[in-house]
Amino acid sequence: MLADALLLQLGYNATLVAIGATLLGIASGVTGTFLFLRKRALVSDAVSHSTLPGVGLAFIVMVALGGDGRNLIGLLAGSALTAWAGLLCLSWLTRRTRLAEDAAIGAVLSVFFGVGIVLLTVIQTMTDGRQAGLATFLLGSTAGMLRVDAMIIALGGALTLALIALLRRPMTLVAFDPEFAAAQGLAVHRIDLTMMGLVMAVTVIGLKIVGLILIVALLIIPPVTARFWTDRSDRVVLLAGITGGMAGYLGAALSATAPDLPTGPIIVLTGFAFFAASLLLAPNRGVLAALMRHLRFQRRVHLRQGLLAMAQGQPIYERLTLRLLRRAGLARPDGVATDAGRARAAKALRDEKRWQVVRGDQTHEAAAALYDGLRDIETVLTRDQIADIDRRIGGPREVPS
Amino acid sequence: MLKLATDKGRAAFADEALDSSPLAIRGLTVSYGQKPAVFSVDMTVRPGAMTAIIGPNGAGKSTLLKAALGIVQPLSGQVRCFGLPLSQQRGKIAYVPQRASVDWDFPTRVIDVVLMGLYRELGLLGRIRAPQMALATDCLARVGMQDFADRQIGQLSGGQQQRVFLARALAQEAELYLLDEPFAGVDAATERAIIAVLKSLRKAGKTVVCVHHDLATVTEYFDNVFLINTSKVAEGPVAEAFTADTLQATYGGRLATAQVDQLSRVPG
Repeated sequence: MLADALLLQLGYNATLVAIGATLLGIASGVTGTFLFLRKRALVSDAVSHSTLPGVGLAFIVMVALGGDGRNLIGLLAGSALTAWAGLLCLSWLTRRTRLAEDAAIGAVLSVFFGVGIVLLTVIQTMTDGRQAGLATFLLGSTAGMLRVDAMIIALGGALTLALIALLRRPMTLVAFDPEFAAAQGLAVHRIDLTMMGLVMAVTVIGLKIVGLILIVALLIIPPVTARFWTDRSDRVVLLAGITGGMAGYLGAALSATAPDLPTGPIIVLTGFAFFAASLLLAPNRGVLAALMRHLRFQRRVHLRQGLLAMAQGQPIYERLTLRLLRRAGLARPDGVATDAGRARAAKALRDEKRWQVVRGDQTHEAAAALYDGLRDIETVLTRDQIADIDRRIGGPREVPS
Repeated sequence: MLKLATDKGRAAFADEALDSSPLAIRGLTVSYGQKPAVFSVDMTVRPGAMTAIIGPNGAGKSTLLKAALGIVQPLSGQVRCFGLPLSQQRGKIAYVPQRASVDWDFPTRVIDVVLMGLYRELGLLGRIRAPQMALATDCLARVGMQDFADRQIGQLSGGQQQRVFLARALAQEAELYLLDEPFAGVDAATERAIIAVLKSLRKAGKTVVCVHHDLATVTEYFDNVFLINTSKVAEGPVAEAFTADTLQATYGGRLATAQVDQLSRVPG
């Protein structure tokens, strides 16, 4: 069943949904990356909730004009209109008042969403216009997806991606260093608004599949997932597009395998699975990698401190230190140093004295800056330099290494 | 009244000496809320010189620079760059913001940051080719950071971050370099590297303006000073404008008289 779904063998509607969801995932992942880089991910929440009154208004207007109240293009146009209004309100509140952006987001989101719910309730009481089904814009519904719906998503997604390709440099620059961008003559505010406009476009074309409440997940999850795997913004964009597209495709396929699985939420959960796997497993930024790094580092610190304590004949109280020393064959079970332990301890103490000389010497300034208590002095200074330092310290010429 | 003030402003800009100034500011006032951070400031930067903007904390040094560049919107005042409005001269100005103003965990490499200095010239779609890469690499070498080109910027020390910012400004190949606290919190090696680069710019006939906080190095590093505490206190060559009197007027009771005497007597 799942294999059939993945190979788009589950019929016309399922295929349309899978294609639409894939395209939407790519567009939202790429667009969301710039929002994420600009540290304004939550703005998408305000934008998406602001679409709801537009859906209601468009319905009322279309019915009043004697048309079909559920014309998708009309509804999307209406939602885009109020989303833009919400965006402008948010921007004005943030720039012109003392409200911080988080508070402004909360205000815009709740007011617009509230108005939208009121309008939907009013529509419920209207007698004509086949009002049933408007509420599916909240969580998306793919049951009756038409070819034209998929076309709208494809076209909107392609336009969004083209605009992003054109504006990627200014948007990246504004996200990293808005002051420098402004000094270059870039209209930072206008670029921000354009970026939000793109987010709005993705939100609107995503209403049909994932709905306005969950579109935020498709904008945010792909970039934060991608960020785990790379340190380059252009690759974050690329990976976020791929992650979003895969989440859309797999999620749509999964939801097609059983009759009552909701497509939007399944897509979001698929995206979350990618995120969770990345959070745990990514090299460098993943949780497991960070934990391993911390443990390794802790071991190095304990060993080093243990050796220095040994060399100076001080007792070692910390259990972890003792255990590490024993396991490395540097101390006997009763805590007394082995021969190897004594040699390593002497070397550690010697290195510490060498570092002291280095750090007190202006000519070694660059090397001294690298001192952290753990670094081997051999990785910083040449053999001749160390020999020179040893002459200054005095004592035995040859040190076991 | 308003018209009169505007006419006066125009008359001032008709002055021929101002046409040659890399940065001329007249009557600049910037306020956050109801309190002016910078009040009615005139400034005429001397071409080919290194100028330090000096003043106590919160005196409006950075704000003056940002307003001059249009990063913050001034309440009033005019700015000319080489005699023309700023919007026509963006290509001639390089700006180095304060290091702390950006997030260094941003996913980008050192070389990418330097290449940002070329975005203006590249336009929206211009490809980064060998000549641009060579220029960026060369700029990194000038600040001694060529070995760090492929590093993620979060791995750099504070001083190295500052040098990368300077390299990005160098890549702009500008005539006027405006730097906001380039020496704040950097190590001695970085300070030497930066001052060497700035002096080489001056030698090449470029103009350098730094917001500067370390009074002890003013006479050693700079030709001109601009003393500010919300409004301008003094402006001119170090020997004339960086005196015990002007420092006292700028800092008020914040510097002991003995300190002031000592600072202004340091040989240049």
